[in-house]
Amino acid sequence: MTATEPRTNESPAVTGTRLLRKEDPVLLTGEGRYTDDLQIPGALHMAVVRSPFAHARITSIDTAEAEASPGVVAVYTGADLADLWADQMPSAWPVTDDMVNPPHFPVTQDKARYVGDAVAVVLAESNVAARDAVDLVDVDYDPLPAVVDLEAALTDEVVIHEDAGTNKSYTWDLEIDEAAVTKAFDEAAHTVTGKFVQQRLLPMPMEPRAVACVPEPFGGGVTLYSATQIPHILKVMTAVTLGMSEADIRVVAPAVGGGFGSKLEVYAEELLCTALAHKLKRPVRWLEERSENAQATIHGRGQIQEIDLAADADGKVTGVRVRLLADMGAYLQLITPGIPLLGSFLYCGVYDVPAFSFTCTGVFTTMTPTDAYRGAGRPEATYAIERGMDLLAREVGVDPAEIRRRNYITTDQFPYTAVTGLEYDSGNHESGAEIALDLAGYDDLRAEQEQRRSEGGTKHLGIGMASYFEMCGLAPSRVLASLNYSAGGWESATVRMMPTGKVQVVSGATPHGQGHETSWSMIVADKLGVSPDDVEVLHSDTNISPHGLDTYGSRSLPVGGVAVALACDQVLDKAKQIAAHQMEASADDLEFSGGVFSVRGSPDKEMPMAAVAFEAFTAHDLPDDVEPNLTAQVTYDPPNFSWPFGTHVCVVEVDEETGAVEVRDYVAVDDCGTQINPMIVEGQVHGGIVQGLAQALFEEAVYDADGNLSAGSLAEYLVPAAPDVPTMRLGQSVTPSPTNSLGVKGVGEAGTIGAAPTVINAVVDALSHLGVTEMRMPASPLHIWEAIQAARGGDGDGLTAEQTTDTAGADRDAPSDSVQADQGGAS
Amino acid sequence: MIPAPFAYDRVDSTDAALAALAEHGDDAKLLAGGHSLLPLMKLRLASPEVLVDVGRLSDLSYVRQDGDTIAIGALTRHRDLETSSELAEQVPILAHVAGQVGDPQVRHRGTIGGSVAHADPASDLPAVILALGGSFLVRSSERGDREIPATEFFTGFLESALEPDEMLIEIRVPAVPGAGWSFQKFNRRALDWAIVGVAAVSRNGSSGVGLVNMGSVPLLASGVTEALDQGGSIADAAEHAADGAEPQADMNATVEYRTHLAKVLVRRALEEASG
Repeated sequence: MTATEPRTNESPAVTGTRLLRKEDPVLLTGEGRYTDDLQIPGALHMAVVRSPFAHARITSIDTAEAEASPGVVAVYTGADLADLWADQMPSAWPVTDDMVNPPHFPVTQDKARYVGDAVAVVLAESNVAARDAVDLVDVDYDPLPAVVDLEAALTDEVVIHEDAGTNKSYTWDLEIDEAAVTKAFDEAAHTVTGKFVQQRLLPMPMEPRAVACVPEPFGGGVTLYSATQIPHILKVMTAVTLGMSEADIRVVAPAVGGGFGSKLEVYAEELLCTALAHKLKRPVRWLEERSENAQATIHGRGQIQEIDLAADADGKVTGVRVRLLADMGAYLQLITPGIPLLGSFLYCGVYDVPAFSFTCTGVFTTMTPTDAYRGAGRPEATYAIERGMDLLAREVGVDPAEIRRRNYITTDQFPYTAVTGLEYDSGNHESGAEIALDLAGYDDLRAEQEQRRSEGGTKHLGIGMASYFEMCGLAPSRVLASLNYSAGGWESATVRMMPTGKVQVVSGATPHGQGHETSWSMIVADKLGVSPDDVEVLHSDTNISPHGLDTYGSRSLPVGGVAVALACDQVLDKAKQIAAHQMEASADDLEFSGGVFSVRGSPDKEMPMAAVAFEAFTAHDLPDDVEPNLTAQVTYDPPNFSWPFGTHVCVVEVDEETGAVEVRDYVAVDDCGTQINPMIVEGQVHGGIVQGLAQALFEEAVYDADGNLSAGSLAEYLVPAAPDVPTMRLGQSVTPSPTNSLGVKGVGEAGTIGAAPTVINAVVDALSHLGVTEMRMPASPLHIWEAIQAARGGDGDGLTAEQTTDTAGADRDAPSDSVQADQGGAS
Repeated sequence: MIPAPFAYDRVDSTDAALAALAEHGDDAKLLAGGHSLLPLMKLRLASPEVLVDVGRLSDLSYVRQDGDTIAIGALTRHRDLETSSELAEQVPILAHVAGQVGDPQVRHRGTIGGSVAHADPASDLPAVILALGGSFLVRSSERGDREIPATEFFTGFLESALEPDEMLIEIRVPAVPGAGWSFQKFNRRALDWAIVGVAAVSRNGSSGVGLVNMGSVPLLASGVTEALDQGGSIADAAEHAADGAEPQADMNATVEYRTHLAKVLVRRALEEASG
């Protein structure tokens, strides 16, 4: 009476195998259904009129010609739509009580505050008609000065939000023991200071954004389809912003082609499509163009960092001081102000640092709003401390690998309470670094470098490394509360064993490329003794999965995956009671293996899980206190973050004559704990490394002095392709997390966190004997060549702020990377 | 992503294409592989009223030897140049450079004629044809054929000597079997246009050097050739790489850096071509 075969007792574990992804056949054969693939009869197409000015007063808008254009149904300005909003666009992270969160509505009325700011929308019967009409909307602008330099923005010479009276959004301090920090620096034998620019990046997922909102045929509700990472959060925020009941909004994320944080957002176009569909009782849809994606989808990074390290005579770090200036862009989006703070806890890296202080000021500019981008604050933090450790090594006169060895939190110190108060549950940094260095052949590389330097030549070998902690598994709700974040960090899972013995899993996590369906199936397969093919994972539809906090921050497996495992445990407990009853045995005497219950000592008595499921369904003969059906729902709030860690090593050849960098080797050891599917883990690490390497060598959202995004297309914004990235070699280290029952930690952001400092450390190392001590990202051939020229032309003491020039972004980046050693000189 | 409205005319012969050009003049653009024109149209940076699609005129896709000259049909795709055994033997630099254009998708669609007629100073093939001392056969329905030396073809940024009613028919380059050659393409990603590119062809003691992206048009580095002809060393001649050039600054290069790159790459190209 079962449709599924129980797995035999000899079945090996499914977790830990390189099972091919269930998701891929559909995606690889073009059968994936993305939001724009949905056939929606009668839908109106929306197009957005966007400001071509970074900062301008809107003096008039004439929509007459656009309205008369063939196929156009309506044209709305910000004023026309003002009544639709019950609240301004959501910013869910008020990091301080006095944070400035200026008015922000889906269509602006008074001023445009960045190139791409929406000033009107067109609704038409086709996307072509809508697009043509955009050019016919006549907007009169009175241009105002752009604000693209963070430090200039702080002077308030040009104020972007007049009512706020300032461009400063907030200053947030993590002051633990200021006296201890002062003492550390007073008594230091060595101090170094690094000043780094985290350039703006475009997240650039393969699928741009897309939205379609369909009114229900009766009842007044709507279904909002969106290429989003966060259908659950979007549902709540849409209800709040439009003043609708949550019950009237169903959010569905169909196949989503990547997000990297940029779809962890509540966007104007989602609110507009919903409000207009609700108002007009017609479906309204919108598809983002690639050039719109560059302007109107959030950007990542955008920080100026200053880090001071104090160390004793041996190079043991005794104190870290960090000052950040963070570019909010023109408005606060969903979690814009909190991104730099997410990184605040990681500026001491993987080191045993007794004194730490951190301050961050968020500032408005006339550029696209920033928000979460792969790693979200943590790659920036890791970059600062790992560049800082290389500076310290140079200052102390020891090898970069050695300075790290002297400072790692040692394995016997775990669980380790950091100076920030966070508890690191596990780690094995020395061993992880050793594996990576051995794999790279570090000692031989140093010997080769010495040899080649003695021979001269114009191509220079550089070796860089970085070690990191990745604060993952966002997040314990109580920790989020302490950071003023307006939501929890739990995740929900329901596991249902169907009468046929197949399993349905409903997850509140929202995959957009990660492979949750495969990983969750593997967890269930081992827990309940079924084939992963017999597990169906449902997600990304708020009617099917009403509770969830979605996918970001490397949280899905250590929070959502653990919830699935815990729900399986409950199902198994119940099944055991039923099986014991059926076999007239005590539940305590039952064993469960390979999908079959057996009675200890009675080898002839056994009952497959599927048979138990059928009994639970018929309910003909259940124990008195057991309800029918095998189903369990769990909401799991993690007691701690998870702490993946690792070390990357990069080997480069830098051509002194042209500034070209060739990555000769790339080695990474990423310890993400127990691996459910090593193939998926490797894919995440590979992709993450490429994204971090892209920040180090290729990508920058360059703005000109007038606030135009100069790198707004894929011809100028250099996303590396397959020929541009090195072969990556991954070393193995598995330290299971003691925090959750699966021993998992999360892996989505690790590669990105480790890669940028590793690559830049390698580039600087290659040129260090020429006097180069700092390198502005991206380390383009131009930046490298100019750094070499500056080092040669200067006093041999490395770069100064004035000497590094940046072509297109020169006006913005006045504080180009510079470094000075407070004692002893850096050369 | 959505171009402005345009009329589309797919022609089945060269004569029909020429007739369409004669009729529409400046309002028409020829569409071959579409890899330069269509992106501009999608961004609404170009809005031709009529597109005359010549992409299916297979009689203009060929590589032929005619005595000392290699004749290449304007609609020959980059991929066909890259894999042409005739070219590999007679003008290997052209086959090599065709294999450096864009990515495989671009090379399977884009044509040599489209690339040349687009007159983009950042394109690779024009500089190679300049270095080889090539020429272009163009045709109008009214005035018939004329041959324009490559040195006179490129007249300004994205501008050529083609009249509005003229169509590029054939690219002609000398057969140079056994000549030394080098192509130095310096870019940040494999699929990008060159920040600076250098094509060098050396034979019978003289060298032609073409420059990619060193000004508003594809250029010949005549200062280099002169210095070599006067007996200068490669290193000395390379110092003249940017003589007369007016390189522009962009996100990837300042004028100073671009000039420096040209010198380094010319030196490397000449060393390889003469090696």
